[in-house]
This record gives sequence, C-alpha cells and structure tokens, in this order.
Amino acid sequence: MSNGSATSADVAVIGGGPAGIAGAVTAAESERDVVLIDDNAKPGGQIWRRSIENQNSQHAAFWFERLAKSRVRVVSGSRVIHAERGELQVETDDSISRLRFEKLILATGARELFLPFPGWTLPNVVGSGGLQALVKSGLDVAKKRVVVAGTGPLLLAVAAYLCAHGAEVVCICEQAPMSTLTNFAGTMLRFPAKISEAVKLRLASRKTSYLTNAWPVAAIGGERLESVRISDNGRLREIPCDYLACGFHLVPNTELAQLLGCQLSDEFVATDDYQQTSMGKVYCAGEPTGIGGMELSILEGRIAGHAATNKKDEASRLFTERARYRKLALAMEKTFRLRHELKELASEDTLVCRCEDVTLGRVRKHTSWKAAKLHTRCGMGPCQGRVCGAAARFLFGWNVAASRPPVFPARCSSLAEVSSQVHGGSQ
Amino acid sequence: MRSDAATTGVITVRVNQRPVRIVNGASVAVAVLAAQSACRISVTGENRAPLCGMGTCFECRVTIDGKAHQRGCQITCIEGMEIRCDE
Repeated sequence: MSNGSATSADVAVIGGGPAGIAGAVTAAESERDVVLIDDNAKPGGQIWRRSIENQNSQHAAFWFERLAKSRVRVVSGSRVIHAERGELQVETDDSISRLRFEKLILATGARELFLPFPGWTLPNVVGSGGLQALVKSGLDVAKKRVVVAGTGPLLLAVAAYLCAHGAEVVCICEQAPMSTLTNFAGTMLRFPAKISEAVKLRLASRKTSYLTNAWPVAAIGGERLESVRISDNGRLREIPCDYLACGFHLVPNTELAQLLGCQLSDEFVATDDYQQTSMGKVYCAGEPTGIGGMELSILEGRIAGHAATNKKDEASRLFTERARYRKLALAMEKTFRLRHELKELASEDTLVCRCEDVTLGRVRKHTSWKAAKLHTRCGMGPCQGRVCGAAARFLFGWNVAASRPPVFPARCSSLAEVSSQVHGGSQ
Repeated sequence: MRSDAATTGVITVRVNQRPVRIVNGASVAVAVLAAQSACRISVTGENRAPLCGMGTCFECRVTIDGKAHQRGCQITCIEGMEIRCDE
C-alpha cells in the first residue's frame, strides 16, 4: 500500500478475532468483496492468538481454514485510526491508506480490565490474558512461579495454559465468592461443551489451589516483582512469585464505534436483532456488544455477515442459538461482578494513569473524567485512557465514553493525510 | 508489516546493543523480557515492562531499527533487529 492510496470494498470488517473472521467469511459467501483489517501479525484475535508452536484449537483451525479458502482479503498489522463518511483511514508500520466501504462490521473485541493497587506498575505484573499472549509470543515460563488473579473464567484457562507450558502456578485468586460461583456452575450444566471445558481446565491446573474471595492487595519488589500480598478470605498473606498475571475481566473496545456515531447502551455498542448499530451501514459483533465469549462472538459475526449482505432469513435462523449463549453471558456477568473492596486497593500515591504517572490522590480531586483529564493529563498518554479510563469508570462511576481521531496514536504524516482530506486536500 | 515465516530455530537480536538469542517467531516484547531489561522509563522514572500483551497499553513501546514508539508485543523479531529501550 502506498501512502494515501484508496481502495474500496463491499464489506469491511475490523478485527480478526472469532467475530470478525466469522463475519468476513459469511459475508464473502454472498460473493461480496470483503476486506478484513486486523492489528495483529496474523488473524485470530486474542482467544485464537497464534502461538509460535502453531497449535490451534479445533474451533480456531476450522475457522482459519474457512478464512483461507474464502476470498476475504486479509490486511494484517493494520490499525484503523479514523473513520467517517463511509471511509476508513488505515495505518500500517509504513503506510497510510483509505478504504471506502458499503457496509462495515465492527468486531473490535475487548481488552482486559486492570485495576490499580500498590505495586501494579512493577515489571512482571502483567494481565492474565496478557501473560498468556506473551507466552504464545515466545516467552519461556518454564519453572516460573506465577500467581493468577482477578476474576472470570479466563483465569482458569490462563492457569491451565501456563501449567501446560511448565509454569508453577502457585494459586488462582478469584475475587468472586464461592456462593455465586456455585450458582454459575448450575447455569453451566445447561451447556455441556462449556462445562467439560471448565473441568478440563481445572484438571490441567490441579496442582494449583483455587482461592475464592481472594484478590491481590499489593505487588512487592525492587527492579521487578518479587512477591504478591493477597487477601484470602479476609486474611493477608504474601506469596513469592516471578509473575503476577492479573485481570479483572474484560472491557469492550468501543472507540471506533463511538467515533462512527454508534449509540452505546451502558458501556456496550447497541445493536438490533441483526447486529445493526444505530448507524445503518455499521454492524457490530462480539465482545463490543456485550462480553459473551467465543461461541457468542462467532454467532454474532455470522449474523452480521448475513445481514450486511441482505440475507436476513439466514441471519434470523441463528437467533435462537444466540439467545441461548446470551443467557450464559448474563449469568457470567452476575457471577463475576466486581466487589466494592477492589475500589479501595489503591492508596493516595498509587498511579492510576500509567502513561502520564498520575496518582489516585490527584485524580480523585476531580468530579468527572473530563475534568481529571484536563487538570492532570490522566488518560492523555499513548494508550488514550484505554487502561486508566476503564479503571476510573469502576473506581468513580465516571462516564469515560469519548472518542476522537486518531483512535490509535498515529504518525504525523498519517494525520496530515487525514487532515488534507477533511479540508478538501487544500494543502 | 513484518512476517514470521518460519517458526523454528533460534535467532539473535540486539537489545540495548547486547545480543539476545531468542526463539524464532518471538515478539520484540519477549526479547526485551528475555534480556531482563525494562521496555521504557516512565515520566517519573519507573521501569516499565509489558502489561497487556495485546497492543492496547503501550507499556512495551521501544525503538526498533531506529523507529521510535513501536509496540513490542505486536512486532515479531527478525534476525539482526536492533531494539532500544530508551523511551
């Protein structure tokens, strides 16, 4: 792609995880010209992120093969930095280009929720999915002691994955109490595939103690992490470890949807039965519409792919199955709701914004996200508030929804290109 | 855009001018972790290393072959790559 070049597609899909791949493949079956744009080096998103041993789950292998056999044009290593009036601005490592679309499917996935606690900025305190992604990218964790902490089913999956790669997972700290987890297990019984998956994960990490009512209160170390202090059913104890893999479930990536003017409902992108957003040409599938996991994402992607190519009948045949998985998503949300004690972990001098090093004490002097940004530079660094904005929403209940171009940090030359188009190319 | 064609064997990259041997296909962030180096120094002087592993937090940004502000977790190492943790 040369700088400033323009191409077009009937359907553009943003995000190469389960929802995006399913959406793109489905749309391409209608003989439409489909482009799939993805930030990673290869499609797969986070749950199907390719490991360097190139081992894929059965599900992933099935969809990778369908994608390979389809006529979908895959554009990897590319970020959409701006979108308006039926056109996307796409930046790669060394180019900027424009893509015109008739229909757009947003499948931008989710990121982990990170909450501030003393020591959370130390090297080797990583996300739970974050550590798994790093191992998939070649990090050797053999014989490393890992504490996995936070909330949600991902913790079990991560622990099992780390064990399989030779790590010594010391314990899993799940913040939810045992009572809600037991209720959740009841719901899972209605999903046989899901429950056998959970059991398998549990077995793979059987040497690991699974603590409920437990969460990290401090990460301790000099140059890097040395130990983690946890609250285990109200009792504090310190666990020496090499890594703390810590994530408090997921935050939907809705920046691009907001930029396009799509309405949100709570923190999620609002869609109708056909995954269509309030902006008619724009569809949304997967985690941005509600955290529901891989199976639900695939279903939503397929529905969006059909609907975006005027195959509403095919789309509607999937509604019943989608409804089933949405029930599971709802149960998951109730089970892993974050406890209020997690709002009290950070002290006055704990950093909330890691990009601009803004402390909790400075942030909480303000009454809104906007005021905090303007006065402290909180959320104004390279991550654009993706980490601290989500934390501030939980800690203070602030509305942190706000999006403006560029959606990702971009090169000046790319911005000049965007600007010259906005102003009619007068430069 | 970088590709990671073959994923077997070991390659050598340089992290802060020191050679680091790393499995072929590994990301730049992993090479920096293997070199026991911080990726960057924060505005108040803290060492920082990868957090999210998936391209959203920007903690692993480094200079690669002279190009600054690259997210180490999203880029695959290639033989002879020069990685500097000087941001």
